[in-house]
Amino acid sequence: MTTNETSPNGTPAQQSSPVDAAPIVELRGTGKSYGNVRALHGVDLTVRSGQVTCVLGDNGAGKSTLIKIISGLHQHTEGEVLVDGSPVRFGTPREALDAGIATVYQDLATVPLMPVWRNFFLGSEMTKGPWPVRRLDIERMKRTADTELRNMGIVLDDLDQPIGTLSGGQRQSVAIARAVYFGARVLILDEPTAALGVKQSGVVLKYIAAARDKGLGVIFITHNPHHAYMVGDHFSVLRLGTLELSAARSEVTLEELTNHMAGGAELAALKHELAQVRGVDVEELPEAEDLQAPVASSPEGKTA
Amino acid sequence: MSSQSTASAASSSPSVPPAGRQDGRTSRRSLGRRLLARPEVGALIAAIGVYLFFFAVAPSFREPSALATVLYQASVMGIMALPVALLMIGGEFDLSAGVAVTSSALTAAILSFQLSVNVWTGVFVALIVSLAVGAFNGWLLIRTGLPSFLVTLGSFLILQGANLAVTKIFTGNVASDSIADMDGFDQAKKVFASEFTIGDVSFKITIVYWLVFALVATWLLLRTKFGNWIFAVGGSKESARAVGVPVSFTKIALFMGVGACAWFVGMHLLFSFNTVQSGEGVGNEFLYIIAAVIGGCLLTGGYGSAIGSVIGAFIFGMVSQGIVYANWNPDWFKAFLGVMLLVAALVNLWVRRQATRR
Repeated sequence: MTTNETSPNGTPAQQSSPVDAAPIVELRGTGKSYGNVRALHGVDLTVRSGQVTCVLGDNGAGKSTLIKIISGLHQHTEGEVLVDGSPVRFGTPREALDAGIATVYQDLATVPLMPVWRNFFLGSEMTKGPWPVRRLDIERMKRTADTELRNMGIVLDDLDQPIGTLSGGQRQSVAIARAVYFGARVLILDEPTAALGVKQSGVVLKYIAAARDKGLGVIFITHNPHHAYMVGDHFSVLRLGTLELSAARSEVTLEELTNHMAGGAELAALKHELAQVRGVDVEELPEAEDLQAPVASSPEGKTA
Repeated sequence: MSSQSTASAASSSPSVPPAGRQDGRTSRRSLGRRLLARPEVGALIAAIGVYLFFFAVAPSFREPSALATVLYQASVMGIMALPVALLMIGGEFDLSAGVAVTSSALTAAILSFQLSVNVWTGVFVALIVSLAVGAFNGWLLIRTGLPSFLVTLGSFLILQGANLAVTKIFTGNVASDSIADMDGFDQAKKVFASEFTIGDVSFKITIVYWLVFALVATWLLLRTKFGNWIFAVGGSKESARAVGVPVSFTKIALFMGVGACAWFVGMHLLFSFNTVQSGEGVGNEFLYIIAAVIGGCLLTGGYGSAIGSVIGAFIFGMVSQGIVYANWNPDWFKAFLGVMLLVAALVNLWVRRQATRR
């Protein structure tokens, strides 16, 4: 399914994977309004096989709205969403899944009281036997779950334990392995590292890299630029529902990314005001001009 | 599917630890602990305790005929406790379950009598009505997003009022007319309310139905796709929806399951007594919920078992009959039941803590 000729070699540091591959998912001027509240406006985004597209933004920037549109929980009200070049409009998460788009949510990835293997196959259970006595193929599901988890480097001793007894990082990893196994071509990760410690975040980042190397297109939502820069091929920064920055890895440094994320442009504008206030150190803040460099993102950006 | 492994993937994908290695954080739980993790274990311990207690204090409780009575009492309640338990695992309540039994019986009785048709017609229409009530509960729940407690409290009151009012319209009385001499009655009685003897003790057929239904429910819950969905919608509705589980279908089907069993018990009562009192059934919905909770179902959903509700109903039967056999004042029955419920809830809590402790 996931033919992958454009897999980036090794670490993302020597990136620049070919951009000529056709995008799997493409957003063109996509937006969403809830009543008279415009949560998202004019967002362009491309997801290619074997690439990690990072979407960064502060709380309320529209990250959640964006992924809900792609994953089928909400529908966009402006612009278009294209999958394999043709416009789509997902009514349910099931339709998105059938198109190969799987989402791993930060808080609702799993059912805590259910065993690991039941969670792994939830919604796509393996069955055997003719209809009236069609039943779960428990042996095969347990075996497959074990193999798939090991392939992703996740070792669990007891697949029968409730998934709620696993750590946050392990749960995210199981959810990623599940999406990879079910033939996802695009994996959306909603702040997978937000609630995790340093080491566990590393574990999750490792699985993101593993999924990318399997040829999946990954959308990595985060508000941690350091995590994003470790695995990302392309970075989009959202602010107040619009795209503030859209840059390939080669066009942006971690420092610039961090500044954008930290509301750098706004802070830079305030630099002179802040300088008047005692106790605020503005020495390290970049000048506003420095931040315009990377990509001429849509200038209509700041219409709130 | 995702089996293609390019050379480059091998270089940076995580190393695969050897099979069988344990990382020391998730040591395997002992057999005892894993047994305790079964939801119905607490109830089983309680059932044995209650049995031994009445066995000791009430000599007549030891006779086989007493067992037949206890089992009958338990079965009539247990057949309803089964779908209620599944519904609770699915995260919802049905407060209309008690009067729905009476509604079903009344529908069959009044329809057959008024139209002077074969009772099987009434039985069939009653099934449709019961399923429709269940579907309505589920549909309203999904459409409005109101808690099931409120939705089914509404349908409970609607049914209770309709039972009484409609019966009075047709019979001028609070009970339905006897249908004992109508076409098909004997045949239907054989199906829904017959008896069989083992040795010299006669058992009601409902005991057999009860155990068969329990096996089917257990199989459904643990061995089928649908059972997986029940646990999922009860455990975390949002997660279930996000991974593609048809949440609305699952919930509506569970409510319709309650309707189907209400129909079955209603038919049993109708063909046992030939007539139905329109005020019956009020309060029984709590007994079903109690049986499910004693059997280890979580009030919040996502956890429990069908067999647990069987044990819960059996405890109910033992207590209600045991008090009679022990020659105590039966007025105390509800007080006993309340104590049983609290003890069972505490035992379940303790058991679950033991089971998840590592």
